[in-house]
Amino acid sequence: MDHSFLSIARNALSGHEGWPRAWRDPPLQPAYDAIVVGAGGHGLSTAYHLARDHGIRRVAVLEKGWLGGGNTARNTVTIRANYLREPSMRFYAAGIRMWEGLSRELGYNVMFSQRGQVDLVQTWAKLRDVKRRQASLRLLGVPFDVITPREAKARVPLLEIDAPSRMPVLAATWHPTAGVARHDAVAWGYARAADAMGVDIVQDCPVAAIRREGGRVVGVDTARGFVAAPRVALCVSAHAGVLAATAGFRLPIETVPLQAFVSEPLKPVLDTIVNIPHLATYFSQSDKGELVIGGGADGYPSYAPRGSFHVVEEAVGAMLSLFPALRRVRMLRQWAGSIDLCHDITPLLSPSPVEGLHLSVGWGSGGFKAIPIGGKALAHLVATGTPHPLAEHLLLSRFERGRPLFETAGASNRL
Amino acid sequence: MLSITCPHCGPRAEVEFTCAGEPVRRPDATAPMDGAALAAILYERDNVRGPHEELWWHRHGCRTWFRVVRDTRDNAVLP
Repeated sequence: MDHSFLSIARNALSGHEGWPRAWRDPPLQPAYDAIVVGAGGHGLSTAYHLARDHGIRRVAVLEKGWLGGGNTARNTVTIRANYLREPSMRFYAAGIRMWEGLSRELGYNVMFSQRGQVDLVQTWAKLRDVKRRQASLRLLGVPFDVITPREAKARVPLLEIDAPSRMPVLAATWHPTAGVARHDAVAWGYARAADAMGVDIVQDCPVAAIRREGGRVVGVDTARGFVAAPRVALCVSAHAGVLAATAGFRLPIETVPLQAFVSEPLKPVLDTIVNIPHLATYFSQSDKGELVIGGGADGYPSYAPRGSFHVVEEAVGAMLSLFPALRRVRMLRQWAGSIDLCHDITPLLSPSPVEGLHLSVGWGSGGFKAIPIGGKALAHLVATGTPHPLAEHLLLSRFERGRPLFETAGASNRL
Repeated sequence: MLSITCPHCGPRAEVEFTCAGEPVRRPDATAPMDGAALAAILYERDNVRGPHEELWWHRHGCRTWFRVVRDTRDNAVLP
């Protein structure tokens, strides 16, 4: 099935009733060459790269609900590379380059829109930090500039910089290659492309436990029985620790709720992403006109996908202090994604203590942007047994070597 | 917002407290320790889905440290 102009025109004439299924609904086989647990962006991208880059096509992606229905659907779709540490910058910058060609590669419009990101700087310490980041990012060829409050106002006319404020805007940064994409389309595009290469995507099939024999993984126990595979990739969020416990090891991860909400649809008022790190909130405007607003993380571990009201209140209050024009906008809905947060805010893309079991977990608040590069790197690890050159900083062994990579540029810890 | 019961001050709003998460089992200071054992203590967590024993600190109150058992599936504080 293609989405050419001709096929769209033909299907429009027949009332859009002639489109075939975009992927199969295959029965679960008793054994595969590799199993991916979790059909979110990362799981589907990993399966796609296993089939495309490494010729491993007898792959099952097992999903407890429906594909793309977990944190792939709950995040705020920000794609950027302005991280703190050099290996993170390199990794996410390579990710952005993959996003730039993704719609063409998948033959599916993921609606990647490089609208740029403005970060507001409200303390002198943060100003020093962004100047350092500007220098580091420049060395890697990632555009990221410190700009004046006036220049920020020109990019974001909604922003109030002249009224007296407790924390006036001292400066801002401009990261022009940052962008947003359509979350469903990303999951669907990867699902369709992986399915076309023979990958089985099995939905409504929760994995209850990882099964091991001695030090090796042999398969997984699902709601539909045991499935054997010599290689298993764990691409789950919020339940990484629960599944790791079934395989007999612990992870340096805590699960916390991260809140987000959307407003009623407005006329176009904002054509970039705005991040206000000091007030722990950020927002962009979707193509439907809703403001998509990310709030902070709650201060305690929890698997309940909601979170406390005062976190919403703080995010809204912070937004109104700098964008008073939005004070009469009503919010449509609010939710939380349960995010797996590594101790050092850097994810794990790593072999596990169980041979053959690989992890892509602990993405915290920033997994969406890494879907293309994360899937490529995990597929490389699963197929070859060696870490991808761009992902060597994401190994679990960094903790026992005393080399955690403390990041600060995540939405859960946004300074 | 959660209501947390401080053993000294009684039930108070969550914003008065800081949650410090899972209590860490302190190692025997005289036992030999390698990197893996240290990482297990410093970084690894059970991250329980269900009744979770955790430390809370009444930061903006009497500053008492105490233990709370809370169900991480629905945030209900258990007796």
